[in-house]
Amino acid sequence: MKTTTEKTLLAAIAIVMLLAVLGPLWLLIASSLKSDENQIMLDFGSLRAFWVALSGISLANYREVIGDPHAPVLLFLRNSFAVITGIVFFGVFVNSLCAYALARLKFRGRGAILAVTVSLIIIPAEALAVPLLLLVNRLDLLDTLTVQIIPFIAHPFSIYLFYQFFAKLPRELDEAALVEGASPLQIYWKVIMPLSLPTVSTVAILQSLEYWNSYLWPLMATRDTGVRPVALALASFFSTPPPIWGNLMAFSVIISLPILVIYLAFQRWFIQSVVGSAVKG
Amino acid sequence: MTIKRGGEGWSAWSIMAPALLLILVFIAAPFVLAIALSFTDQRLVPNPRLATRFVCLLNYERIVGDNGFLQAFKNTALFAVAVTPLQSGIALAMAMLVNARLPARNVLRGVYFLPTVVPMVVVSIAWACLFRLDGFFNQLLSFVTFGAAGPVDWLQNESTALPSIIALSAWQGFGFQMVIYLAGLQSINPELYEAARIEGAGRWGEFRHITMPGLRNTHIFVLVTTTIAAFKLFTQVHVLTQGGPRGSTNTVTRYLYEIGFSRGRVGQAAAVAVVFFIVVFAVSMAQRLLLKEDREGRS
Repeated sequence: MKTTTEKTLLAAIAIVMLLAVLGPLWLLIASSLKSDENQIMLDFGSLRAFWVALSGISLANYREVIGDPHAPVLLFLRNSFAVITGIVFFGVFVNSLCAYALARLKFRGRGAILAVTVSLIIIPAEALAVPLLLLVNRLDLLDTLTVQIIPFIAHPFSIYLFYQFFAKLPRELDEAALVEGASPLQIYWKVIMPLSLPTVSTVAILQSLEYWNSYLWPLMATRDTGVRPVALALASFFSTPPPIWGNLMAFSVIISLPILVIYLAFQRWFIQSVVGSAVKG
Repeated sequence: MTIKRGGEGWSAWSIMAPALLLILVFIAAPFVLAIALSFTDQRLVPNPRLATRFVCLLNYERIVGDNGFLQAFKNTALFAVAVTPLQSGIALAMAMLVNARLPARNVLRGVYFLPTVVPMVVVSIAWACLFRLDGFFNQLLSFVTFGAAGPVDWLQNESTALPSIIALSAWQGFGFQMVIYLAGLQSINPELYEAARIEGAGRWGEFRHITMPGLRNTHIFVLVTTTIAAFKLFTQVHVLTQGGPRGSTNTVTRYLYEIGFSRGRVGQAAAVAVVFFIVVFAVSMAQRLLLKEDREGRS
């Protein structure tokens, strides 16, 4: 159907975009493997920035970053893992339980609760940050991992995603279980949730992506490096002059690796999650 | 049966209790608090001898009269206006490319989506190297102009700082929209294309009369999410320029952070938050109206 010229043109565009996308990432990886700081700076101005000779590969930057007592990257990784595990684990249960009640149980006020929850989706966390800070200060939560987890467990958009999925499941499932004497909680756990693993993974992936990046809230709510997450730690490392590029790059690669590995392993699910996030409205 | 229903009501509320309680405390309360505080002179660290007072619309008058806020608002709007066509244009082009029967299209899709999962701070640092005075972009610029164009200090120059932030943001974000466009493209009925081909439509005609109208809802979604995302813009600006040079990359969220957190003027920050709510509300109302009009137009 397509002419050869068209095909060549498409392939050319595809390759140019490929280089544009991979370039900055190659720059990170290549620089992180060069041990000579001056060489890194010299290379920034040429194509050598995107390349490292096999014989020049050194893991010195990685060793330095991991061993640095002032920027303990492994501690920051632990903090971010703890925060995300907390948000995703509790979030999946709390939000799916709420959605289950809204989608499968009959009670007065159901419509109102659903409408309010959906309308809360658009409220941006950024705009809530300052009053939230006053609030958590009163609760004496500042400078903890908890303050980075609890406010983000209940998530109206996740409730909505679960609700949409649950509402489509056939009613006969609940009725059959009810006849056998199951309680709503048992139906939720034994019938509904096992069928909802795709939505669970969508919610988990979207939440992880969002909070691996979290920056503004921890910047305001934490001061102690002992509880700060990776993105914030890298930013403060970067803003402390003079920049040590080799170490910065190694740090960047280390904190990107976990999410990249998960992405490469579950690529199809990631992309489906994004599509799932667009079905609202 | 009535007993059963009553029982279901009780268990429904207890099942929802954790989510509702958390929403009440961490979303609804700060929302109400933001509106209430915007009419007071609340400080982050209150002076124990001075009680917080009701100040009517003073905070709103202050931010409207503050050039810093107006500049941040203008930058944010400019960012939204520039990044939306750039990013969604690339996203749509790449979605069509990946949708065409190219070899290795799944690999292409996977790689184009890659920047989306790289943390924004990491992206900022990689681009900081590219933007350096002795960096790759300046070498490229001097190479293609045969040395005529001198090196530009991209992030330190008032006229190039915001465009630089726009470029790296589009690079990071286009993969997300590409995937959404891809889903949109695949939902267009292929028979429409066949019909067009029979009628002798060219590629451009196909694009204008089938692809673009077929993607109407996707366009609206992308437009709305990008506009709202523009108002949330913070990380890359905070890492790369701290809002500078001379406020040329300051954004609404960074202004809010600066005034409310760094300077501790909670009342004024709350007023900014309320403006933020109004914008987000207006944008999503516009989305509703556009989508509704579409439904009525089709039926």
